[in-house]
Amino acid sequence: MTLVEELQPITPSKLVVDHVSKEFRTGRGVVKALDDVSLNIAEAEFVCLVGASGCGKSTLLNIIAGLEQPDSGQILADGKPISEPGRDRMVMFQEHALFPWLDVTGNVMFGLKLKPNLNNAERRDVARFYIKLVGLERFASSNIHELSGGMKQRVALARALAPNPRVLLMDEPFAALDALTREQLYGDIQTIWQARKKTIVFVTHNVREAACLGNRVVLFSPHPGRIREEFKIELDRPRDINSVELAEYSTEITRALKGYGTGEEVAE
Amino acid sequence: MNNFLVAFRRALTCVAFFAALILLWHWLVQRGTWSSILLPDPSAVWDYLVGAVKDGTLLSAAAVTMRRLLIGYGIGIVLGIPMGLLTARFRVFSDTIGVLALGLQTLPSVCWVPLTLLWFGQTESAMLFVVVMGSLWSMVIATDNGVRNVPPIFSRAARTMGAKPIYTLLFVMLPASLPFIVSGMKQGWAFAWRSLMAAEIYVTILTGFGLGQLLDNGRALSAMDQVIGIMIVIIVIGLLADKILFSPWERFLHRRWGTGRA
Repeated sequence: MTLVEELQPITPSKLVVDHVSKEFRTGRGVVKALDDVSLNIAEAEFVCLVGASGCGKSTLLNIIAGLEQPDSGQILADGKPISEPGRDRMVMFQEHALFPWLDVTGNVMFGLKLKPNLNNAERRDVARFYIKLVGLERFASSNIHELSGGMKQRVALARALAPNPRVLLMDEPFAALDALTREQLYGDIQTIWQARKKTIVFVTHNVREAACLGNRVVLFSPHPGRIREEFKIELDRPRDINSVELAEYSTEITRALKGYGTGEEVAE
Repeated sequence: MNNFLVAFRRALTCVAFFAALILLWHWLVQRGTWSSILLPDPSAVWDYLVGAVKDGTLLSAAAVTMRRLLIGYGIGIVLGIPMGLLTARFRVFSDTIGVLALGLQTLPSVCWVPLTLLWFGQTESAMLFVVVMGSLWSMVIATDNGVRNVPPIFSRAARTMGAKPIYTLLFVMLPASLPFIVSGMKQGWAFAWRSLMAAEIYVTILTGFGLGQLLDNGRALSAMDQVIGIMIVIIVIGLLADKILFSPWERFLHRRWGTGRA
């Protein structure tokens, strides 16, 4: 595979969540994290999963990532069942999970090292491309501890994008950042999504964030974790998190969430 | 320039401190507090060291000792790190080798000398065995500790990027444990050094005459200038080893992890 081909946007995946259930055994008994959850996600769709803590949204993300296995049901990516992690589905976590013994370029290259058909010079070029895409070209050889929280998440994003996955799975990646940094990243992630054509599944408990980013917002309720409602967000991009139209959507979604009786951990 | 001045002042402070120590020592000898047989003048020690360097005894003894130390310590590291990885990852190893390591680490390694003599006789292998026993267990424990302290998110992240278990162990768990492993290496070095000196003083081996034997020889001859001279050599080697072997690693760790100051 040539470098030019490697850097082309890849066809995004279609995901089918097919009657998935998952239980966890804890000290206080069995928690039904997911109860017969089904969901279709189209190619290049940006879907946000929203709900209170314990509603299973992160569990669903982990199962799509292949990090956990469902008790019953299955998830299909382009028709093939998911059984283990794969570079076609990359994950961004709430903690940046960057490796402190590598510099920025080293971190972005980590996933590429495991990708055959590329030599090291090409890997370096690919890494440089994505570091530039997230606006950190001046920090390519910085150490991780020298970066701010927002910059660390940008590196994590570049690292997730570098193996050119078909799906990007994001588990509250901006939750630990300050509001200003978050707003910048909302803009950037929308631009990158449009440029790179990924299917994105984005987990959050922040309703406004979900309304800002998603084509579709899927609401979960906890105990047992179920999908309750879906909202299509019909706003032009790039969207401004502070716009009135967006506020109307988030008010509507928040009202729905509160109706499930467990809205105490839902931030508008 | 400012940095250079700071470094210069620090070096000067250090030199002044040791010069003062030597002067104090000289003054005590001059006052006649102790007999000069028990505490020779710094100049006598210096003369001994110069003489020993000139006739080659000091350098050849130091070479013999360093050889034993580096080989034994190397074996300790090469065995200790994989053993530590195993005890951290598998309960079977943790419940067996892990417990053994913890127990043997508390055993001063000079306690191995009597057994070792019977097993190996007065050979180089005996010396190596004692040094390995001195350094191995702290390497096992440090590596084990390091791997257990790696945030689980690291291996999850590596898995999503397509890393298989062996790859994760070598390229994620191992580098992530480096801060622990390096401090374990320092401790292992100190233990190896102590145990080798003890063994060399305790056991006379015909295959090589090390610093410890030179020291013991000085005691037998009541040549305190020799004893103190060798002690100083041992201290200086320890300091140099710290600077040469460990400082580069520690600087790397400080730079990458952003901990402490280099």
